[in-house]
Amino acid sequence: MKSKTIRRWSFVHTWTSLICTVFLLMLAITGLPLIFHHEIEQLLGDAPEFRDMPADTPHLDLQQLVEKAKAHRPGEVVQYFGWDEDEPNGIFTIMAPTPDTEPNSSHTFMLDARTGEALEMPSANGGFMMVMLRLHVDMFAGLPGKLLLAFMGLLFVIAIISGVVLYLPFMRRLKFATVRQDKSTRLRWLDLHNLIGVVTLVWALTVGVTGVIAACADLIIAAWRNDSLSAMVEPYRNTPPLTQLAPATRLLDIAKNVAPGMEPSFIAFPGTLFSSQHHYGVFMKGSTHLTSHLLTPVLIDASTLEVTAVAERPWYMDVMSLSLPLHFGDYGGRPMQIFWATLDVLTIIVLGSGVYLWLVRRKAAKRAIVGTEVAS
Amino acid sequence: MRPRQSSFWKVFGIPVVIGVLSAAGLFSALLGDGAWDAVAWVGLGIPTVLGTWGLLKRG
Repeated sequence: MKSKTIRRWSFVHTWTSLICTVFLLMLAITGLPLIFHHEIEQLLGDAPEFRDMPADTPHLDLQQLVEKAKAHRPGEVVQYFGWDEDEPNGIFTIMAPTPDTEPNSSHTFMLDARTGEALEMPSANGGFMMVMLRLHVDMFAGLPGKLLLAFMGLLFVIAIISGVVLYLPFMRRLKFATVRQDKSTRLRWLDLHNLIGVVTLVWALTVGVTGVIAACADLIIAAWRNDSLSAMVEPYRNTPPLTQLAPATRLLDIAKNVAPGMEPSFIAFPGTLFSSQHHYGVFMKGSTHLTSHLLTPVLIDASTLEVTAVAERPWYMDVMSLSLPLHFGDYGGRPMQIFWATLDVLTIIVLGSGVYLWLVRRKAAKRAIVGTEVAS
Repeated sequence: MRPRQSSFWKVFGIPVVIGVLSAAGLFSALLGDGAWDAVAWVGLGIPTVLGTWGLLKRG
């Protein structure tokens, strides 16, 4: 590599890193507790506690659960019901004053599917973990915040790539994993920056890219509503809004009928982001490990309960769905969570050492200016 | 100052192996539990251990 080329890549690496570092540090620090959100919620006593009942206690039907939810929060409507294999007796319930209330103003709790008892989930609605989540997702700034973070994520990816290019000239005369301990603090941290940077490379790229994709989720969902949903609900365009919804009782049976072998992930009630004014959106997930991350929406007419369409999954929805586990690190048990957290801390160290190396070099360059002028 | 052909692999040989193992690990756990998870733990464990080792190593 010519020294001019190296200088160019070095310029790219320095400035993409410096611009995104503050944001990336914030993301890495707030991301750390989020890796263990389940465990932390349990520790805080925020996780819903189910009462002991015989294992084969039957579940209420969905319309009964809707009524229980409404009784729990009078004057509000159910936006979503969700299922999670970790809580086979629980149904995540999201309610709000109106179906189109934005997600951050909704109220999330759990319904015991056997009794309809409402179990509050304080950390889903506020408190420390919610602050971490909001900082991490949009810095309390909505879509502009998300897009700013997406842009910072892109800079991070460019910083990683330029860092890999620079790894070659820096390491040409050194064996892999050399850390010079005795020369100077700067050299030690340079070697550590290179070593930790290059071993965490694939993980950091993966979390970076999937984070950018997740940050663009609003746009991806908007594209899906435009592309797929609007065509399917076109015949309903001029029909008046529904005053009464057909009961939710059989929604899952109806959806399973047209999506055989699939499991329910969540139901979007009419008028929400994931449904239309006239439809229930029942989102079914595949039953294999990989396809369990991919969602197929079944649109069910909310007055006749007939299936309007089994929506296709556009590729960008699949990409988004698969990005989420790869960003969260929640799909490989406890050891994966621990590696995820350690790699996150190592990334913080790469970011910090990068700033340190830049500061030291800047000081050295200032001192050297006089020397260079004499030499030329 | 042109690098010799071999210098690329001399520098990137080990990092490429670590990267491929990490990628295999990241993907593997998406496919199943048990052995699939174990592949993921190896793939992600290597960079974790190497990075931590470099940091803690002294003298």
